[in-house]
Amino acid sequence: MAEAARLKLALSDDELFLGHKACAGCGGSLAVRLALKVLGERTFAVLPAGCMSAVGFLYPQLAFGCNAIISTFAGTASMMSGIAAAARALKLRDYHVVGFAGDGGTADIGLQALSGAIDRRENFIYICYDNEAYMNTGVQKSGLTPFGARTTTSPVGRQAAGARSRKKDIFEIVAAHGIDYAATASVAHAHDFIRKVERARTTVGTSFLHVLAPCPTGWGIETSETLEVARGAVDCGVWILAEYEAGHYRINKTPRRFKPVADHLATQKRFAHLGKADVAVIEKERDSRWARLRRLAGEASARR
Amino acid sequence: MSVEATARQPQPLFISGNEAVAWGARLARPHVIAAYPITPQTVVIERLAEWVAEGKLDTEFLHVESEHSALSACMGASALGARTFTATSSQGLLYMAECLQYASGGRFPIVMMNANRALALPWNIYGDQQDSLAVLSSGWIQIYIEDAQEALDMTIQGFAIAEHAEVLTPVMLNLDGFVLTHTYEPVDVPAQADVDAFLPPFRTPSKMSLEAPTSMGFTAGPAHYTEFKVQQHRAILRAERVASDVDQEFGRRFGRSYGGAVVPYRCEGADVVLVTLGSVAGIVRETVDRLRARGVAAGMLKLRFMRPFPEREIVQALSTARSVGVLEKDVSFGHQGAVFSEVASALAGSAARPALLNFVAGLGGRDISRDDVEQMFAELQGATVQPLRERVRFVGVNSNG
Repeated sequence: MAEAARLKLALSDDELFLGHKACAGCGGSLAVRLALKVLGERTFAVLPAGCMSAVGFLYPQLAFGCNAIISTFAGTASMMSGIAAAARALKLRDYHVVGFAGDGGTADIGLQALSGAIDRRENFIYICYDNEAYMNTGVQKSGLTPFGARTTTSPVGRQAAGARSRKKDIFEIVAAHGIDYAATASVAHAHDFIRKVERARTTVGTSFLHVLAPCPTGWGIETSETLEVARGAVDCGVWILAEYEAGHYRINKTPRRFKPVADHLATQKRFAHLGKADVAVIEKERDSRWARLRRLAGEASARR
Repeated sequence: MSVEATARQPQPLFISGNEAVAWGARLARPHVIAAYPITPQTVVIERLAEWVAEGKLDTEFLHVESEHSALSACMGASALGARTFTATSSQGLLYMAECLQYASGGRFPIVMMNANRALALPWNIYGDQQDSLAVLSSGWIQIYIEDAQEALDMTIQGFAIAEHAEVLTPVMLNLDGFVLTHTYEPVDVPAQADVDAFLPPFRTPSKMSLEAPTSMGFTAGPAHYTEFKVQQHRAILRAERVASDVDQEFGRRFGRSYGGAVVPYRCEGADVVLVTLGSVAGIVRETVDRLRARGVAAGMLKLRFMRPFPEREIVQALSTARSVGVLEKDVSFGHQGAVFSEVASALAGSAARPALLNFVAGLGGRDISRDDVEQMFAELQGATVQPLRERVRFVGVNSNG
């Protein structure tokens, strides 16, 4: 309770991301809006080419109430590094540097710059809003598109049934750098997400948040279903809420019993073509990921 | 951390072109240096890193993981109004290609040294100008340096030009790989206090600040994009006058100035003029003197700036020449040397219609000898107006090659 009260105080009524052109039901814009409420106006936000920069920066309609800049697609973390370096050199006080990049901008084209920045232990917060495909360009497969998902570049046909690769585990990739703080989150668990942004805000060094942010257009869901579907991912175990800090992993929420994966997939048109064998692959992947993370978190045998 | 200001070195330092650039960058006191190593640029960033380690240079030195990140970090720093420096070469410059246009479009006054080096394939680490001329249209002010003293001085002048309120455009200083970057020469190193007086800290209202939050690097649709690009174009054109003012002021304070965007050498009354750029100018100048002693009316026009392009000065300097050659270390495949195209285009608007020849030489670090340059002048003396494709000469090429 004490923490909740503290967090409530940390949240501002000010909107620092408003008047943008995001689609109805956009999970990404919700993540940006909530994070900026925690971080406040004295923030430098960096956004690469992608949904949030496309909807927030169309001159002369600029949607950010804090300092904000579009970086090159690959350059989120490197531009953040330059801002952080200049802020040190110019002796600025009381500010935050935050990045908001999508899944492709983070795990594909921006991974090199992110890796370098974590290696340098840049003092900033990198938030990956994961809508699981290149949504801004019209739903193409990224390295974080999950197995089986239909995208325009992983279509369904006689020879193929959606994405065949497993989703890169960007949380563990980042954690393997020995980053100061990393966490996964979901826009459906707003309190947990806000707490993690707050944790990142007070972390000295590099923080990375990986937040699941459904895209109604790309996922084939109703615009009113964003939070429900995001919650469903946690409830069936395909999205794990976890943290990594000072060398230790922690799982934040363990469902007593996983809800059926098939029911979760059935809420989204992108998985409509999947059969039992595909669902079994996804369940197996989920189970091995849980087992691995539990091992890393030092938890006893897996519960179901 | 405070850094003790260095006095003027009592004797010229015997340093390389790379070290001269490093000294220039050090004296300019950049807030942020972000760089990635590549031959033959490495000595620049090694010296800067050493000075940071020794407490002689107070800067944020970022060990970035690529050239793309180097320039991206410089842009982030510049967006806060910080003075920034980086250095690269060849493959690294091209790896930055996206960021080059981004930096000029964003009007970030970054100063970058480029060690001119050949491009793969085939791999080759030696000097030619294919790299910087391949990015001629990236919106950067492009300066070509002849010697180490000019390298130091122009690094300082580069910041004064780039950061000028009417310019706000990044500057690329080009030094021929190895021939200039690794050649040692006596260089006068000015006092920190004198450089500080010449180059005060960068101040700009166009930045992200905590007092007045703003959006930068935004999107502009068809209704606005052109206006931004026209402003960018006008700004780099203004750099011509600003660079001239900066050079004169530098001359008043330090006793050295470089004479504008072009430097004619014995062009008055010259029949044959060789236009060139970079360190090869030294050997061309000597050749001109030898030919003049023999009664040949030869001259040289050295181009110091390729952007903004000094069209008017070129036309003026070449007004009496019967034939004009352009010696450059690059080729635009399927056409001709990039510098030749520019010079020929400038002359198309002039009353003089000299015969034109393009000498492509020095590719991949191949030596350009005195005999080669004499041969160029000999060809120019007998030159007549040629059909387009026959104007290009690859110098010293094995005829079986």
